[in-house]
Amino acid sequence: MNPIKSLIKDMTKKHGKTRESLLPIMQAVVEKEKYLSEYSMIEIARQVDIPAAEVYGTATFYSFIETKPTGRYIIRICKTITCAMKGKNQVLFAIQNMLKIKLGETTPDNRFTLLETNCLGWCHKAPAMMINDEVFTELTPEKVRDILTSYMKMSQINVN
Amino acid sequence: MSKNISISINGFPVEIEKGKTILEAAESQGITIPTLCYHKDLCVAGNCRVCVVEIAGQTRLSAACATPCEEGMEILTNSLKVRNSRKHIIELLLSEHNADCTKCYRNGNCELQKLSSEYKIMTQDFIELVPLKKYSVDMYSPSIMKDDSKCIRCQRCVRTCAELQGVNALTVAHKGDEMKITTFFEKHMRDVVCTNCGQCVNHCPTGALVEKNYIEEVWEAIADANKHVVVQTAPAVRVGLGEELGLEPGTRVTGKMVAALKRLGFDAVLDTDFTADLTILEEGTELLTRLKKALVDKDKTVKLPMATSCSPGWIKYIEHLYPEYLDNLSTCKSPQQMFGALAKTYYAKARNIQPENIISVSIMPCTAKKFEAFRPEMHDSGYRDVDYVLTTRELAILIKQAGLDFNKLEPVKYDRLMGESTGAGVIFGATGGVMEAALRTAYELVTGRDVPFKNLNIEPVRGMEGIKEASIKIEKPLKKWAFLDGVELKCAVSHGLVNAKTIMEALKSGKANYHFIEFMACPGGCLGGGGQPIPTNSEIRKKRADAIYAEDGDLPLRKSHENPEVQKLYKDFLKEPLSDISHHLLHTKYTKREHY
Repeated sequence: MNPIKSLIKDMTKKHGKTRESLLPIMQAVVEKEKYLSEYSMIEIARQVDIPAAEVYGTATFYSFIETKPTGRYIIRICKTITCAMKGKNQVLFAIQNMLKIKLGETTPDNRFTLLETNCLGWCHKAPAMMINDEVFTELTPEKVRDILTSYMKMSQINVN
Repeated sequence: MSKNISISINGFPVEIEKGKTILEAAESQGITIPTLCYHKDLCVAGNCRVCVVEIAGQTRLSAACATPCEEGMEILTNSLKVRNSRKHIIELLLSEHNADCTKCYRNGNCELQKLSSEYKIMTQDFIELVPLKKYSVDMYSPSIMKDDSKCIRCQRCVRTCAELQGVNALTVAHKGDEMKITTFFEKHMRDVVCTNCGQCVNHCPTGALVEKNYIEEVWEAIADANKHVVVQTAPAVRVGLGEELGLEPGTRVTGKMVAALKRLGFDAVLDTDFTADLTILEEGTELLTRLKKALVDKDKTVKLPMATSCSPGWIKYIEHLYPEYLDNLSTCKSPQQMFGALAKTYYAKARNIQPENIISVSIMPCTAKKFEAFRPEMHDSGYRDVDYVLTTRELAILIKQAGLDFNKLEPVKYDRLMGESTGAGVIFGATGGVMEAALRTAYELVTGRDVPFKNLNIEPVRGMEGIKEASIKIEKPLKKWAFLDGVELKCAVSHGLVNAKTIMEALKSGKANYHFIEFMACPGGCLGGGGQPIPTNSEIRKKRADAIYAEDGDLPLRKSHENPEVQKLYKDFLKEPLSDISHHLLHTKYTKREHY
C-alpha cells in the first residue's frame, strides 16, 4: 500500500472518523511530506468520510499547512506590522537576493521555499522568521545570510 | 405550549414566543431588518452583519438573525448607531465587490444592489480593494457561472450545497482577506462533484453564482428564417414564471405563457408534459417488466428497487456518489430528452421538416438540464436532441426584452402534436408527482381499475416532507399480471439530495425495502428547481405545489395512458413501450464518475 495511504489509515484509526480528527491527520501527513497533496486530501476525505472540499477548506485555512510541493526547508517570514516596522523588508530582500527566488517560490534544487506568515508572536524580538520548526528573531540582513549559509552547508552534508 | 415573553422594539411593546430571534420578532411587527447571509431555507450563519440591532444595556451591536429574544429586551432596529454601522457594513462589502451593476446578470434582482440603493451609498469612503484582488471567473460549466468578484462570502451557497443537497461541492477556503468560496483544489465547477442543480444559484444574493444563459443563441435561432424553432415547457415553469413577471407566487400562467412564447416567434409551442406522459408509459412498463423478471423468472440480474431518472441533478449525483447503483436507475431519458429525440424524428417527419433545420429549445425550472442537453449520449435523433435550455428566469427575460405585457395576454392552448398532456404529466413538477403519475397508470394497467384513492389523488406521496413512503396492495389483477396478486408495491419519494443520501445509505445497509423510488434533486421537486424565480423558499414552494395540483385537478384527462397524442405516437411510430425504436430514442445509459 502507498505509504501515505497507510499513514492516513493508521491516523484515522487512532483519531477516529470525526471532523475533529481532521487536523491531527493532516499534521501527520505534513510532517511526512511537508505538504498536503491532492492525493492525500482525497485519501483523508475517503478515510474520514467527509467531503473532499471540506478537507481542502480546512487545509487552506491554516498557514502551516501547505497545499503545494515545497522545498526541504520552508522559510516563513512574519508579515505583520511590528516586524515590518523593525526592518522585515530588508531581511526579505536579503533572502530573495541570496536564494534568487521570490515570495512563494522554491529554489530549483528544492532546498528552500520562501513564504510569508501571520504573526509568530515574537513582536518583542522582531523581525522574526521560522525555518521549518525553528524560530529566528531580531533578524538583520547580515544575520539572515549567516543562517541561510549554515542551512545550505547542512543540506549539502545531508545530500552527500 | 411555548411561553410568550415581553420585549420592546423601537419603544413599542411586543409579545413574542420564547426562542424566536430578534429578526423574527421584528418581522412579526412589520419591521424589515435587512439581511444578506440569512435565508429561510438555511441554518443561521450571522456572518454578514447587516442585520445588526442595538440592545439597551449592551455596548456592542448584535446580529438580529442570530440573537434570540429575552424577557425585557429593549431593541432598537433603526437608531443612529445602527444606521451608521449598517451603512458602513454595506460600504465595506462594496469595497470588495465588483460593482459593475449595469453589466451584471443579476442587475435589478440583486440583494446587495437593493440594500445599497435603500441606504443610498453614493460615495466610496473605504479604499476600493477590487483592483488589488485576484478574482477569477469560472465559466466552463454548461450550467453555472461563478464570478468571485461578485461574491460577498455570505456562504449561502456553501450551506445550500451542504444542508439542502449534501453534495458539498463548494467550501470556504483560505482566511482573512484571502478567504473565498471555492471547490476542491479550486478546480472548475464542471470538474468536481457538482450536480449542476443550481440551488446555489437560486440562493445567491448577488451575481456571484448565475446560470449560464443562452438568451442570445435563442434569439438568433428565432431570427433565422430557415430554422423551425420548437419550444417545450416543463411542468413547473407554468407555476413559477408569473413571479418573475410581477405576479404572486403560485399563480398559474400556462395559457399566458403559451401566448407569450408564440409572440416571441417560436414556430411551435409544445409541452414537456406530453413526454412526461410518455415517460410514465415507458417507465411504468419498465417497472412492471423488472418486477416480472424478479418475481416470476427469479432473474437475479434485475435490479430493484427501480429509481426514477427524470432529474438530471439526481442522475449526476448518483453517478458521482453511488455508481454501484446505476443499474437501479430506470433507463428512461428525462422528459426533456425524450422530447428532444422525438422532435427531430417523429415530429420532423410528421411536419415534413428536415431535422437539421429544427432548433429544439426547452424552458426548464432547472440548470442541470443545460448540462443534460450537452451530454454526449443525447444525440439519438442523429443531431443534438435539445439545442438550448433556458431557465424559467431566462424565459422571463425574453418576455421582458420583447416588450410583452404579460398580464394582458389572452391565454391560448399548446400546438398539436406533442402538445397534449394530462394531469399526470403536470404533477411531474412537484415532489411525489412522478410516483403518483406512475401509480395511476401502473395500477390501472395491472388491475384494470383506478388507483384506490379519492379523485386519483394519492395523498401519501404529496407534501413537503423530505422522505415519503407509500404502499399499494395489488388485488385481483388482470390475467397477464396474475403474479402480482397480493403483492404490496412499496414506494418511496425523496426530494433534496440530502434526503437522497439518507435513502441510498439505507439501501446500502439493507434497511430499505422498496420496489420503486422517486428521486428529485431539488427541494420540493422541479417547482423548487435551481432555475426557478429568486427567491424560492418553503412558503413559495408550497404555493407553487398547490398550483401544480390545482392544474392537475382542472384537466379533463389525468392519467398518462389516456393521452390521445401519446396513444397516436405509439400507434404511428413507436409501436409499444420498450420497443426497439423507443429503446433507441427514449432510453439511455449512465456514466460512472469520480467520487471526489
